[in-house]
Amino acid sequence: MQLLFDTQQLVNNIQHWLAGTCELYHLPPCLVVTCIAIAVALALIGGFISVNAMMVVLAERKIAGYMQDRLGPMRVGPYGILQTAADAVKLLLKENIVPKIADKWVFFLAPVVVMSPAVMAYVVLPWSPGLIVCDLNLGVVYLMAVGSIGVIGIIMAGWSSGNKYSLLGGIRSSAQIVSYELAMSLAVIGVLMLAGSLKMSDIIGAQQDCWYIIKQPLAFILFIIAATAECNRAPFDLPEAESELIAGFHTEYGGIKFAMFFLAEYANMFVASAVCATLFLGGWNGIPGLPMILPPIVWFLLKTYLIVFLFIWFRWTYPRIRVDQLMGFGWKVLLPLAFLNIGLTGLVMVLI
Amino acid sequence: MSEVQELIVNMGPQHPSTHGVLRLIVHLDGEVVTRVIPDLGYLHRGLEKLAENKTYAQFLPVTDRLDYLAAISNNLAYCLAVEKLLGLDVPKRASYIRVILAELTRIVSHLVWLATHALDLGAFTPFLYCFRERELLLDIFEMYCGSRLTTTAFRIGGVPKDIDSQIKQKIEEFVKIFPSKMNEYEALLTNNKIWLERTMNVGIISAEDAINYSLSGPCVRGSGVEWDIRRAEPYCVYNELDFDIPTGRGVGDTYDRYLVRLEEMRQSNRMIKQAFEKMPEGNLMADDPRVVPPTRDNVQTRIESLIHHFHIMAEGFNPPVGEVYQAIEAPKGELGFYIISDGSPKPYRMKIRVPSFANLQAIEKMCENGMMLADVVAIIGTLDIVLGEIDR
Repeated sequence: MQLLFDTQQLVNNIQHWLAGTCELYHLPPCLVVTCIAIAVALALIGGFISVNAMMVVLAERKIAGYMQDRLGPMRVGPYGILQTAADAVKLLLKENIVPKIADKWVFFLAPVVVMSPAVMAYVVLPWSPGLIVCDLNLGVVYLMAVGSIGVIGIIMAGWSSGNKYSLLGGIRSSAQIVSYELAMSLAVIGVLMLAGSLKMSDIIGAQQDCWYIIKQPLAFILFIIAATAECNRAPFDLPEAESELIAGFHTEYGGIKFAMFFLAEYANMFVASAVCATLFLGGWNGIPGLPMILPPIVWFLLKTYLIVFLFIWFRWTYPRIRVDQLMGFGWKVLLPLAFLNIGLTGLVMVLI
Repeated sequence: MSEVQELIVNMGPQHPSTHGVLRLIVHLDGEVVTRVIPDLGYLHRGLEKLAENKTYAQFLPVTDRLDYLAAISNNLAYCLAVEKLLGLDVPKRASYIRVILAELTRIVSHLVWLATHALDLGAFTPFLYCFRERELLLDIFEMYCGSRLTTTAFRIGGVPKDIDSQIKQKIEEFVKIFPSKMNEYEALLTNNKIWLERTMNVGIISAEDAINYSLSGPCVRGSGVEWDIRRAEPYCVYNELDFDIPTGRGVGDTYDRYLVRLEEMRQSNRMIKQAFEKMPEGNLMADDPRVVPPTRDNVQTRIESLIHHFHIMAEGFNPPVGEVYQAIEAPKGELGFYIISDGSPKPYRMKIRVPSFANLQAIEKMCENGMMLADVVAIIGTLDIVLGEIDR
């Protein structure tokens, strides 16, 4: 089982083969190898993001349906399982409309700027032992850093659309994400103190005996709340608050550009869930003390989708919070609690 | 130095939460609202003028189009006004049937209010729960008068159809299950921290202001004023029914109006139960051949009745010269018809006093004191406006 997921071996083989090919055609080998490796990784991640988004959207609509005493999509394919595929095709075929007063370059770039950090975050996700694109020694910091780029794209979208609602959405988004990023990072510090490392695989290794959700319950709750806000999910979906701002920053977007925002939202949701599963639920580890029946990647995905379900559950239960309450909650409740958590963790670590 | 400008946003007429085609010109200082100016008339159809060119009976179906979420209440107000003009006595049983259907309509209207209000504040699930129950009621209306929304459920002088055992059974089933369904909505909202944050101290209007703005219905009761036309000037058989008038906590905010409307649904449910117990047997239409056409059997077998029927249907009836105003407690507030008759079969002038129009005036007052853009949406929701009756 372990061999199957040992990508290092696979990569080595490919490298070997490529080096041979390059020699044949007199090309500088390292450049070609790097290019191809990047292309393959991007294709894999891109493929996963699209398929994952389609599945999660369908799951969300079905779950929402059952929570609300209805069926959800039922028309396209058996039990509506092809609904999201049909939606994706529809979005791809739509006309590309740019508002007259839009700032065209920024308008075009915004979806890309939102999408790329979402893709970049996948680089450090630990799927299974060995199956991690790059196990950076400051993986968590990298995640936080990359995660805060996306907001620039949202502000760009809000600004360039030439629409007041979009602008308001963009402003809200910047305020919200900056505030909640702080709380999120501080919540994570408790875990990092216990693990003593920023590397994803080390953090997972440290949880073999006891998941951090047991040692750091407060941090877990803070992280989940902050992550919901980071992903612009209800009850913190203010940047796109439908009943106030039409669709917020992506009001003027349609077709494939809208699809990019949509994909980015679900990609981010998966990343947030995966990080949560890694930091608090033991990542690819099985349940401590029990024999590990399932392969590590299944454990990882199981935990991740559990958190995704949690996000979906929030969305269909809570009303939307107001923008001043959002800021108040972030700065006056989450932040002090996060500091308290760090202090307590430090105290306990010193005493024990 | 750069100049500081207010952001002026046009909310509507096409906007997801302006409940139809209301246009609000909102002045924003950041997210804080400095001024709100409502702009009306996008759904104006000239219904009051239309009334002058239709006989009294012909105008009845048009009243469905006023507040299209509570068509039966409009029918009731109009029928009562014309009956007052004519001096007709409506049979007891017909009045009870009217009350039962009017109270069901109140529940329908409040369900739509709760659904859209919750949706405006971002809670999607109560929306679908409310529409689930509304569907049951619309089915009942359909059984009674054949249509679900534009009902034309009553006639001048009474009701066209009895509540038969089948409809009665349906209504009783609904009355039985409805309180438990109400608990479902309340479980999602009433004590929800976010819901409380979003509705408490939002859109406050004091009792004095509420009266000065001539608010009516749940909007004035939410401010703690115990004013209900069913109690103050009873019509139909409301003086024979026992019901409470909820007034909320007395703050006059959105949460108060939320509590008032929820309690009203419970009270309506209670009234329907009582009405079934007290409903006597009897005629469905008033005994007045000037106004009430002869029965179908007579029309088909007797030439005099056929002529009589044709006479009423083609020419209408001639009410006495005079003026009359009759108001009822519609789900949204005081709905009144002011009719001036010159003795001809068509009204000389008709003025419709609609609750939403008066209630909407208060939006400027409610949006004072640093309300935010998101609160404007909550305030539109809590006023429970329907543009069909505002623009007429």
